[in-house]
Amino acid sequence: MVSIDVRNAYVDFPIFDAKTRSMKKRVLGKVGGKIGSDSKVPIIEALQDVNLQLSDGDRLALVGHNGAGKSTLLRLLSGIYEPTRGSAKVTGKVAPVFDLGVGMDPETSGFENIIVRGLFLGKSRKEMEKRIDDIAEFTELGDYLAMPLRTYSTGMRVRLALGVVTSIDPEILILDEGLGAVDASFMNKARDRLKDLVKRSGILVFASHSDELLLELCDQAMWMDEGRVRQHGRLREVLTGYKGRDPFQNVSREVLERLGQANPDDLAKPSDGTANGQATDTSAATAPANGG
Amino acid sequence: MNADTTDTAPVPGSRSFKRAFDDIRSGLRQTELWGHLGWQDIKQRYRRSVIGPFWLTITQGVIALGLGLLYSQLFGLPIETFLPYIVTGFIVWGFISGCITEGMQTFISNEGLIKQMPAPLTIYALRTVWRQTLMAAHNVIVYVIIVAIFFPALSQQYGIQDDACTTGNGLCHPGIDWSILSAAPGFAILALNAGWVTLMLGVISTRYRDIPQLINSLIQLLFYLTPIVWPIDQLYAGNGRDGVSWALPIIELNPLYHFVQIVRAPLIGQHIDGKSWLVAIGITIVGWALALVVMRNYRARVSYWV
Repeated sequence: MVSIDVRNAYVDFPIFDAKTRSMKKRVLGKVGGKIGSDSKVPIIEALQDVNLQLSDGDRLALVGHNGAGKSTLLRLLSGIYEPTRGSAKVTGKVAPVFDLGVGMDPETSGFENIIVRGLFLGKSRKEMEKRIDDIAEFTELGDYLAMPLRTYSTGMRVRLALGVVTSIDPEILILDEGLGAVDASFMNKARDRLKDLVKRSGILVFASHSDELLLELCDQAMWMDEGRVRQHGRLREVLTGYKGRDPFQNVSREVLERLGQANPDDLAKPSDGTANGQATDTSAATAPANGG
Repeated sequence: MNADTTDTAPVPGSRSFKRAFDDIRSGLRQTELWGHLGWQDIKQRYRRSVIGPFWLTITQGVIALGLGLLYSQLFGLPIETFLPYIVTGFIVWGFISGCITEGMQTFISNEGLIKQMPAPLTIYALRTVWRQTLMAAHNVIVYVIIVAIFFPALSQQYGIQDDACTTGNGLCHPGIDWSILSAAPGFAILALNAGWVTLMLGVISTRYRDIPQLINSLIQLLFYLTPIVWPIDQLYAGNGRDGVSWALPIIELNPLYHFVQIVRAPLIGQHIDGKSWLVAIGITIVGWALALVVMRNYRARVSYWV
């Protein structure tokens, strides 16, 4: 059984090399998590009191300004950060895709990268070698896979990373923003594959600034603001709250048509009618009891 | 479901020995991953070079040959037994110092991966130790060549000081025999220690970035304090020295000496004190206990600190 269960989770980063004095001024800043200054070492409270329960079939969109804690929350869900307070329990095989420039040795080839990523995701070398042709075809990188990673553009790196995670059938797929770096034609391909994957695998958590992508892949959303959960519920309501307007006003006709097939209920039912029905069973976070 | 969210934690705290053991166990199990990463490091380092990792072998050979010839003349020692001594010492020291200096950088240098991929920390420690092992394996070629050349001198009783075996002053070495096989468990102990050193120093250095600098400045001194380019035989009587030097007990306090001994001595048929084994095994146990405590308390903090 695939599940995510985060309760009252806090993530506090100690920043050892920052001068407290200058950091204090930033407490008033609007961007980024809250910076505490009680202790000697300045602390960035990147996540505060986050509650999130997800189970099979949930597709969560994460929205919020830069520095609102989206990536930190994704890392928490991936098991990279363990909460400083509270708890986070994730059951299932997680495949995260984070900022793609970092981590991998830029001198290694695309092939090499596929293998290493696969090994990290729990596959064996042999299993990955079997998938290489498939990944090469999907990413359209072809012979370029033999080139060192430093020669790749951002979009090509995204292709590579997506190629790997979509080929291994993860149970929990975690995507950070950055997907926007690929071109439209590849995006169409990737979207189909992601949808397919979401149908099969358990949980998708996706941080993005693109309404269209979120509308197509997700059905619920969480709005992060200064490290806290501002709102959690049905995708359309949260996006409306976050952007201040209904997301459907701005999407292209083409997308609307596609959505019409994929998520008929999203369009058919009026937004206020379904607001509470789904939000309550998936979210403890919106309950005012925990707010502080 | 909503009512009790504040008072029940679904998972036990991250600070537990169980989590520390789990990390080590699952890290050890992913042999393919750390094996691959370790190899990749070596391949990348010698990328586009024709000779590749055999540069390691060549470097080792040149240094050992040069220093071996020089020091044998300085100390007035026979080349046929001193050169194998210095070569073997260098290889073992290379592994030890590599594991210490690169081990403490383990998590710092893997920052990108740690923040991108969920994986046990032990993976990165094993990557480092495995890379050092592979480097040592390349260096062993020099050992094999040198020992093959000087085998006649090494396969019988010998003293690094000329008269040790005839006068009874100083150390008389038994020569290479079946005890050479004990170098394998010796190396295993060394690798075990590399494991805890990498985990423990790695975590501490990630938090306190002065530690790597401190250790770097000490490691050079330790190199000279450990009998590697000079034989410990020099501290015993003989060659004009009246008795055992006052420095001998001090040098024997250096734990690195004993670690070098348990691998080097059997490889070149030298006398080994049982004490060296005891010290090595003792430090292994104490070291792992400390490393487990560090892992228990700070394992989950590493991704915050890198």
